[in-house]
Amino acid sequence: MAAVAVTADPLDPQSLTVEIAGSGTGDGAIATFVGLVREQNQGRRVSFLDYEAYEPLAVRALNRILDEARQSWPTTRVGVHHRIGRLELGEASIVIVAASAHRGDAFAACRYTIERVKQIVPIWKHEHFEGGDVWLEGATADPDDEAARQAAHRIACA
Amino acid sequence: MRVTVRLFARLRDLAGSGELVREVTGPATVQTVWKALIAEMPALQDYERTMSVAVNADYSKMSATVSDGDEVAFLPPVSGG
Repeated sequence: MAAVAVTADPLDPQSLTVEIAGSGTGDGAIATFVGLVREQNQGRRVSFLDYEAYEPLAVRALNRILDEARQSWPTTRVGVHHRIGRLELGEASIVIVAASAHRGDAFAACRYTIERVKQIVPIWKHEHFEGGDVWLEGATADPDDEAARQAAHRIACA
Repeated sequence: MRVTVRLFARLRDLAGSGELVREVTGPATVQTVWKALIAEMPALQDYERTMSVAVNADYSKMSATVSDGDEVAFLPPVSGG
């Protein structure tokens, strides 16, 4: 298991935790974020989601985010796995694990990573709901948009 | 020269294909490839304001030069997580 993955296989938070935590004894905290497929979205009753990725660029963008997190929290290690393909309600679409000496850095790096995923990683949700389907479109991906990066950082440290 | 055009999500649906091979006259930029594409498929045009572009699986700009054999991707606003 690598620190970064884009995969059609079900995600396993525990194995990513083992991967990131390693065998050292310097960590005092592990923060884990698991994103789930939710039944309700903008008033629609969701049936399932189909995630599509531009895989090589998605992996590259995820690695970039981990580099950014290392710059802000140098002693914190982060891993992120994103699932693609068809996901049923309640399934995990993303797992982020951040391990650090202290909880503040672990929480912040974890939150920063999910905020940046939503900004710059080329992955799309195709939402199938009762009565139709829609491609969800969020942020225009621009990794060099410094204002967006700073916004993610502010949220992470709020 | 020949480029591979990659389209994703709703852009792919609108085009009816996620991968197209197109001939463009050099010297060309990403913009050249996009203009040729929307001349062929006007329905894609609305994405010009909101999309991102990539060349050979790395984020790029409309003004970037495109070479023979490159893969040029047009990406709607992202919605991962």
